[in-house]
Amino acid sequence: MIALSDYLFVAALLFAIGIVGVMINRKNVITLLMSIELMLLAVNLNFIAFSRYLNDIHGQIFVFFILTVAAAEAAIGLAILVAIFRNRRTIEVESLNELKG
Amino acid sequence: MQNTLLTIVLLPLLGSVLAGLFGNKIGRKGAHLVTIFGVGVSCALSMQIMWGFIDGQFTSFNISIYQWATLGDLTLEVGFLLDALSATMLCVVTFVSLMVHIYTIGYMSDDPGYQRFFSYISLFTFSMLVLVLSNNFLQLFFGWEAVGVVSYLLIGFWYKKDSAVFANLKAFLVNRVGDFGFLIGIAAVLFYFNSLDYQTVFNAAPQFVELEHKIDIGFGEWSAITFICIALFIGAMGKSAQVPLHVWLPDSMEGPTPISALIHAATMVTAGVFMVSRMSPLFEFSDTALSFVLIIGAITALFMGILGIVQNDIKRVIAYSTLSQLGYMVAALGASAYAASIFHLMTHAFFKALLFLAAGSVIIGMHHIQDIRYMGNIRKYMPITFITSLIGTLALVGFPFFSGFYSKDAIIESVKFSNIIGSDFAYYSLLIGVFVTSLYSFRLLFLVFFSQERMTESTRRHLQESPKVVWVPLVMLAIPSIAIAWFSTDAMLFGTFFDNVIFVKPEHPALAMFSREFTNVWDFALHGFQTLPVWLVILGAVIAYVFFVLKPHWSKRLSESLSGVYNLLVNHYYFDAFNQKVLVAIGLLAGNGLWKISDQKLIDGVMVNGSAKAIGFFAGIVRHIQTGNMYHYVLFMMVGLISLLSWLVWTFVG
Amino acid sequence: MMDLSFQQLLFYGFSSVLIMSALAVISSKNSVKAVLFLVLCFVAMAGLWMLLEAEFLAIALVLVYVGAVMVLFLFVVMMLDVDFAALKQGFNRRFGLLLVFAALVIWTLLKMIDLLPFEAESVPMPEPHSADYKNVSEIGAILYTDYVIAFELAAVILLVAMIAAISLTFRGKRERKSQDVAKQLKVSKSDRLKILKIDPVVVNQDAAKEGE
Repeated sequence: MIALSDYLFVAALLFAIGIVGVMINRKNVITLLMSIELMLLAVNLNFIAFSRYLNDIHGQIFVFFILTVAAAEAAIGLAILVAIFRNRRTIEVESLNELKG
Repeated sequence: MQNTLLTIVLLPLLGSVLAGLFGNKIGRKGAHLVTIFGVGVSCALSMQIMWGFIDGQFTSFNISIYQWATLGDLTLEVGFLLDALSATMLCVVTFVSLMVHIYTIGYMSDDPGYQRFFSYISLFTFSMLVLVLSNNFLQLFFGWEAVGVVSYLLIGFWYKKDSAVFANLKAFLVNRVGDFGFLIGIAAVLFYFNSLDYQTVFNAAPQFVELEHKIDIGFGEWSAITFICIALFIGAMGKSAQVPLHVWLPDSMEGPTPISALIHAATMVTAGVFMVSRMSPLFEFSDTALSFVLIIGAITALFMGILGIVQNDIKRVIAYSTLSQLGYMVAALGASAYAASIFHLMTHAFFKALLFLAAGSVIIGMHHIQDIRYMGNIRKYMPITFITSLIGTLALVGFPFFSGFYSKDAIIESVKFSNIIGSDFAYYSLLIGVFVTSLYSFRLLFLVFFSQERMTESTRRHLQESPKVVWVPLVMLAIPSIAIAWFSTDAMLFGTFFDNVIFVKPEHPALAMFSREFTNVWDFALHGFQTLPVWLVILGAVIAYVFFVLKPHWSKRLSESLSGVYNLLVNHYYFDAFNQKVLVAIGLLAGNGLWKISDQKLIDGVMVNGSAKAIGFFAGIVRHIQTGNMYHYVLFMMVGLISLLSWLVWTFVG
Repeated sequence: MMDLSFQQLLFYGFSSVLIMSALAVISSKNSVKAVLFLVLCFVAMAGLWMLLEAEFLAIALVLVYVGAVMVLFLFVVMMLDVDFAALKQGFNRRFGLLLVFAALVIWTLLKMIDLLPFEAESVPMPEPHSADYKNVSEIGAILYTDYVIAFELAAVILLVAMIAAISLTFRGKRERKSQDVAKQLKVSKSDRLKILKIDPVVVNQDAAKEGE
């Protein structure tokens, strides 16, 4: 049968893919946002797996709220992206280094 | 009694404050009135107290006025110790100060700093009274320093003159050297006796000496009491201008003549002598220290007197005379004749102040020309000044019947009877010193008041006797110069006047032996004509007459043929040259080195600016981490997170 | 053939789709393709959640997340006139190092999973729920009682996000009826009143009379 550790393994993999996606991407802010969504998704999977195996409904409640917040954050991230694009006509991550020391 | 003492001490201070801070408001007249009132009342009260001591009505008063601080079990307080010694000093200080105050009305009448001057001399009087009346070492030191400061202010009174500023710095710094030794002495007293109060220390001194403490100060082991006494005496050397810390006194003549009379003749320079007399319970226990004191005093007496022969400034001659007389007083201290020393201090205060004020009168008359080579025959124009100067000179050289004779002779005889190391050298030095004193004193007298007139015509036309405010103090000082010894010799030297104050061990019988020779004032004076010192005086007068009046070219030829010796004397034995070229140069070198290297390069450059630059340097390297790129930040974040997790897992689970 | 139960098959199937489409999301040059792959991710994930008997959330994922948020992504991607050609170059120089780092991340996480007691033996398999197990009501029972404040706050968050998004990007005319008091006070007479000097028109008396 499928053990808890299998689900956790899948979530870990997904999470790692999300991190890598943030780090290797230099040309596209949208990819950045999508990698963040992937990371959140991995965490959600973790929660639900634990909720099922520990027989506690609270994990699913938590996922509910994560979903909400992730949606809000995606919306605002995209709005910022649009605003940046209007100003600079480019969506390269590399060009967003104004806070360079 | 406490209120009387407080009045005596605080009235001059009040006068000083009023004249100093409100000088412009109360004007010249107000300034001198308020200060003379203060000092006058102090003088009257001091005389009254002195009378009480002479009667035998008073004995010592030791009053603590105010407790200033407590450090552990040490109490620092302000207090007054009134006994025969301090009563004598009170009288001398307030009387001479009063005379100088009155004299100043005439001398400084056309000086813009009139009120400031009065403020300063009143402040000086206050400081000296605090010093004299103190009952503990700390208050003594306060008074000590305060008179030093006021002396600085007064020597540099005409602060726009370069030479005056040089002189006042010199006085203060040389004094400082003495004060350094003094402070070490006070510290040693505190260390060994755990108290700064006179009574406590003096009472504990005999047992302390019994224990024979030794102190190791780097070059050999010394007896503790010797160390304490010599350290305290170094302070006296600075204040009373003994060799080698004497160099400031001649330069202090840059100040106005009234203060030369007040500070550098009668009062401040005698503070050292007073202090050693006060400390007689300590000094008596150290023969080494007494020998040291004796030899230094004798050296000063002789060699400074010799310098007086070649000076051409009227005030410098009297300054070197003061140095020489201070040497006499200190030599008396070394011979354990403390009473004789104080006695000479008192008589010297009167006739030396008289001589200075008379010199000032001459200077006023000559329109501030001070070179005696351009004077002569002044006695025709300023008779009162002449007569008082003559009286002062006769007292100074020790002519019988004048007060100086009794005190000086007491010193010389005491030194003769002393038996500690160096007493022989001291005795012969003092004897030759008598001859030298007579020589320069009469040289001064003859060149100024007799001999041909060498002044310019315009000066001669303006020569006239000084106003009353100037010659009345001269007369008032001349009277004690003649007469005071007639009444006080017996009581002071041989009587019970200083019994509970000055302590003399039986092994030092100098003054006691002298007392056997003394009968009464009249007989002693007559007998004096048959003794060696008086003959030396007459010899000096004769030689001075011959060399400087009859045949002045002889003195010129002598100075040319002995030009080596003459140059040595004119350059003050090269003490000043040595100080300037060696000590000052070292000081400047150290100062410059510390400034340029230590302060500018090290502290400013390396520590202050250097640390800022180092931070800037490192920041310049570290700021490149802040790339502005999100993916770098995420990388760092993740690295940190993963490291933390791994560490946690490995430690807590693995 | 291994003895796979239906559940295991579903699990491996959904997981592999998930992982592969996730890889495709991050490596895709074409943004539209990336978004679509992300949608596939979400769908696979919904399937996994179904397996875990979290039906409500699975459906919510598809409906809300895919249906709204991913559509939003697509809108933005389509709206931004990005030059895809330029996106084709520029892979990170340090790609190898990052792969190593990714491996490290995975390895650490796996180690955690190994070390901590998540094995099948430690965590017992849960009993399957009965047929009338209603996931929705379970969630609802907790959500509207213990977490009602959080629920309301989540609604407020969504409202705020909406306002924020609008205020960031709105380019239309903003009709404001508010008054600027500072401007009102700064007004001076010369802004409002202008006095003109007009020459008076003199009517000729004779001409006026003639006109009558």
